[in-house]
Amino acid sequence: MRDVRDAQMIARNSDGKLVRRPLSPHLQVYRWPVSMALSILHRITGCALGVGTLLFTWWIVAAASSDDAFDRAQWFMGSALGLLLLFGWSVALIFHFFSGIRHLVWDAGIGFDAPTYNTTGWGVIIATAVCTVLVWIVGLAVW
Amino acid sequence: MSGTPHIDMLRSPLGRARGLGSARAGSRHWWAQRLTALALVPLTLWFIFSVIHLSGASHQVVIDWLSAPLTLGLMLALIVATFHHLQLGVQVVIEDYVHDERIKIASVLAVRALCVLLALICIVSVLKIGL
Repeated sequence: MRDVRDAQMIARNSDGKLVRRPLSPHLQVYRWPVSMALSILHRITGCALGVGTLLFTWWIVAAASSDDAFDRAQWFMGSALGLLLLFGWSVALIFHFFSGIRHLVWDAGIGFDAPTYNTTGWGVIIATAVCTVLVWIVGLAVW
Repeated sequence: MSGTPHIDMLRSPLGRARGLGSARAGSRHWWAQRLTALALVPLTLWFIFSVIHLSGASHQVVIDWLSAPLTLGLMLALIVATFHHLQLGVQVVIEDYVHDERIKIASVLAVRALCVLLALICIVSVLKIGL
């Protein structure tokens, strides 16, 4: 035993021999309640949005450079790959937005009981779906 | 953590913790992450509406849009809050999943450098357009 944390992992069996306690089952054993899925999705979308800032940086740098550079950036955003990236980025942003508000409300000490966090969890998913569709309908109509 | 279990150390948690205690900055990271998140709620809404408004816009329209002091100010706030929030968030993810101390510190610093650099590039760009 090298670490104090180890002390809780070691016990004696009925023969008095030192044995390592069994570890609890890992992630794949549990079913996935909505909160568990949203928790990891919040991280994944956060990291994806980090990658997405490269797209934003490119667009803003192109706008500061020249007409040609801006046209190239605009052309890419309008291409099939660009639209796919923008769609993924919008889903990630809208999800992270609503999920983040849910986290902020928790930080205020509200909504921690199981019925409430299950309801707000599904609320985040529905709000994300509805708002993403709305944003794209309005966005494509303006375009 | 492996092999036949045996005990070769008897040391209390207090003994271990002495000299390694609070650096008195424990809540700063947490608080900064929440404040930037709070700032990003209205800024993100504004940005989404702006992107919709600007979809398919010409270069000149974008330049005119960014030249308004209100837009430029909001854009700078969005850039600073976004990259600060990104740096804080990715740091937590790295600290949770990377267990090798050297790789952990190196990646946290690399992400931080990248965020600062991208933020500066964005700030210079919008200032160049807007001023």
